[in-house]
Formats: sequence, structure tokens, C-alpha cells
Amino acid sequence: MLPRRVVISGLGMITPIGNNKQDFWDHLLHGHSGVTTIDRFDASAFVTRIAAQVKDFDPQDYISRTEARRMDLFVQYACAAARIAVEDARLSIDQTERSKTGVWVGSGIGGLETFEKQHASLLKKGAAGINPFFVPMYIANMAAGQISIMLGAQGPSGCTITACASGTNSIGEAFHLIQNGKAEVMVAGGTEASITPMGIGGFCAMKAMSTRNMEPQKACRPFDLDRDGFVMGEGAGMVILEEMSHALKRGATIYAELVGYGASSDAHHMVQPDSTGHGAAMAFKMALDDAGIDPWEVDYINAHGTGTTLNDITETNAIKEVFATHSNHLLVTSTKPSTGHMLGAAGAVELIAATLVLDKDIVPPTINLDTPDPACDLDYVPGQARKKSINIAISDSLGFGGHNAVLIIRKFAE
Amino acid sequence: MSVFEDVRKIIIEIKDLPEESITLESRFEEDLEADSLDVVEMLMSLEELYDIQIPEEATEGMKTVREVVEYISALLGQDA
Repeated sequence: MLPRRVVISGLGMITPIGNNKQDFWDHLLHGHSGVTTIDRFDASAFVTRIAAQVKDFDPQDYISRTEARRMDLFVQYACAAARIAVEDARLSIDQTERSKTGVWVGSGIGGLETFEKQHASLLKKGAAGINPFFVPMYIANMAAGQISIMLGAQGPSGCTITACASGTNSIGEAFHLIQNGKAEVMVAGGTEASITPMGIGGFCAMKAMSTRNMEPQKACRPFDLDRDGFVMGEGAGMVILEEMSHALKRGATIYAELVGYGASSDAHHMVQPDSTGHGAAMAFKMALDDAGIDPWEVDYINAHGTGTTLNDITETNAIKEVFATHSNHLLVTSTKPSTGHMLGAAGAVELIAATLVLDKDIVPPTINLDTPDPACDLDYVPGQARKKSINIAISDSLGFGGHNAVLIIRKFAE
Repeated sequence: MSVFEDVRKIIIEIKDLPEESITLESRFEEDLEADSLDVVEMLMSLEELYDIQIPEEATEGMKTVREVVEYISALLGQDA
């Protein structure tokens, strides 16, 4: 028996370049960057003092004040993006739909700001200083938990944590739940809010982030010879996944069909990818097999493209292994110079970007690619957006721990 | 400000209720829809505000705003 078909019928995002579909797409298309000097806290003592922060976010636009004050920022972002996605899908989750609707939302870290504040309170006041809401605000699954409460969704819910691949893996797991008949609708994605002293400080200590503090908008430079690390972003991305006939029956607007999911492990190193790209290539191949698609059919890849030397070379090698001579015909872009690296939210927001590319047949550019690294020799669409008919698109994510995850979407046709 | 006014302000902050809905007679669970974690949070805010320690056993069984106000007032040596 063929698995049930799954479509994408709603998109929601809270990002450093916009908190709605139109702003997000316009900024991507015109190559704008959301990276600025950090103003969330005093970052003057850190070697990296820039990040892509979410702007103009008021949680009360989406959730009540009393609910919001018991949510860490990563949960607020997730609830907001879920609310936007549900509205975009014109989905009503009534009594009959509740038990068929689930939520799967990843986060790389969880409530880091909550942890830091509560730890400071412990040091200052002792054990009595710990707030009773510390644990429920901190745990990484609470984004999925709170969204299910907010929407009244009683289907399967959970959270896949695979560092920077969390969003992609979570959408993949949600895809399987619908394919296998465990749910009709899934709110799926990723969320992150780690622009905090420990978040920035931790990645500074690893020397993984750009220190181009004087030129924030030029700091994230995937595939460029002058790159010097990634730039942290934050926010959330949510998609509404729906069983095909369920979507057709209610006259939903279908953006794309989700056709393949692949996941693999490098089994190599805690934080360094296997630079041969072989581990990542396995996830691409698994997703292609899952979709029943030949490599030459793929038009576009929204790459992980972090702007670290290791990532960019690994990913390029993986694409070449999988797509062979077709590699040169693919358009491969990174949206991270615009959004920053949204960690656990990255894969979800990038699948949304890929979905919009497919929907509009325009590929936004990879910005800041001025001096191509000779080791990265694919068509990364530097400079300007390009019009091209896109039938099949891929979004891939590579996470610390060697987690590789790949999703494939196709233009929808019954 | 009286202790009652302080308690009321903290409950408003936690539960987002209109001021007039909170009286000395209000019961946490039934009238204010405050669960046990809400009450713990309220007591922690009061500890901070008055720089006092409220032992856990003292607050067990407190069901109304009046009981909390009277307990704190006694601790501070004030009239409720």
C-alpha cells in the first residue's frame, strides 16, 4: 500500500527579516540582512557582538499576557508562528478535528534565557529563589506542549532535538505521522531563542561565529572565501502539514506536496561534520528514495549554508556525491546571511523559503558571496534573484552531533 | 500601600484580573482560578517585596486573600 500523501497548506514565521510571509519573502528576494549589533543584552565583553534578532515582536499579538509571561521566548515565538500558520491555512480545529491534529516542534536548546535568569536567582537568593515555573518554562518540548494547548490539538505531539537539524527532523517526523495515518493535520516546525549571554558566549568559546562586528550585514558569507563563521539568528518557523484529501476536501490552498524525508548520522565527531560529505549525502539519497525521485529531477536546494568553512565544503561535497553531473544544473542558495542561523528553527524557516521559491518560481540570491571559495563550485545564485521554473526543491540541515536531515517538496498536482 | 493592595497588585500581575474582582474574601482556587503554582509565585513575589521569608508550612491551607494578608501583616507587625 502506498503511504498517504501529505501537502503543505499553511506557513507561519517569526524571523529576523519579518514576522509575516510577505515581509519575509520580500527581504529574502531583495537580499536584505537582518543581522545587527546585539541590543538584547550588553554584549560588549564578547568577541562576537552581532546577531540576527527578531524585531517588533509583541507576544500579546498572538497570546494573552498571562500565558506569555509563563513562556520562555522560544515558546512565545513558536506559539506566534503556529498561530500565523493556522490562520494562513484557514484551518479551524473544532471538536471533530481536535483528535486528528498534532504538533511536532523542535528546538535545539530550549529556554536558555529562563535557565540563566533562574540560575542567577539561585545564586542570589538560594534554593527558595527558584520560580515554580522554571522547569515548565525551560524544557524544550514545551513549545509543542503550549501550541497543543493553545490550539486544542489532541493528536500526537512532541519535539525532535537534533541541534541545527531540529526543525527539519521535526517536520520529517510529522510527515511520517500523517503518512502512516496517525494524524490528518500536523503543526510542525522549529523554534529557538538563544541570543543570550550563555548562548552567544558558548558559541564564541567554540570560535564558531563571525567576529565581523563592524559590518553586521556582511558577516554571514556562505561559500565565500572571506567568511569567518556563522551568525546567530532566532525565531520560529511552522508549517501546516495535511493529508492530501483532507486539504482538498476543505478547499485549502496547497503550496506544495511534501514527498520525501531522509535522515542520517555522520558517526564522526561531536561538532565537526564529516567533510567528505558522505554522511550528509546518505540523508539526501534516503530522501530521494523516499520520494521516488531521481537526482536529475531536482531543481533547487535551500542549503544549510552556515558560512563556516567546514559546513560549506561538506555540503558542497555531499551535493556533488548525490547529484554528480546534475550538480552544475542545480540552483543552491543559503538564506542564512539574511536570517542568521536560527539553529533549531533554521530547517523549518528554510523549508518555508523553499516552499515560497517553488510557489513563485523565483530563487532569492545567496548574498555576501563576493569571492567564491574555489572548493565551493556550485551555482549558489550570487548577487541577484533568478527566475526559474522550480518543480522539485530540497531543504537540508546538518546539526551538531552529526545529525543530517533532508526534506523534498514538489509542486502539487493531483 | 496596605498589604492588601500589594497582594492585589501581585495577583493582577500574575492572573491579569480586573482590580475590583479581587477582594479580601476572594478564594484563590474558586474565585481567582489560581492554581498551586500561581499561589507559590505570589508568595515568592511577596517575599521579595517585603524582604521576608515565608515558611512553606505556614502557607499550607491558605485559601483566601484575607488569610495571606493577615499572615503577612502579622509577620510585619502591622494591622491588616
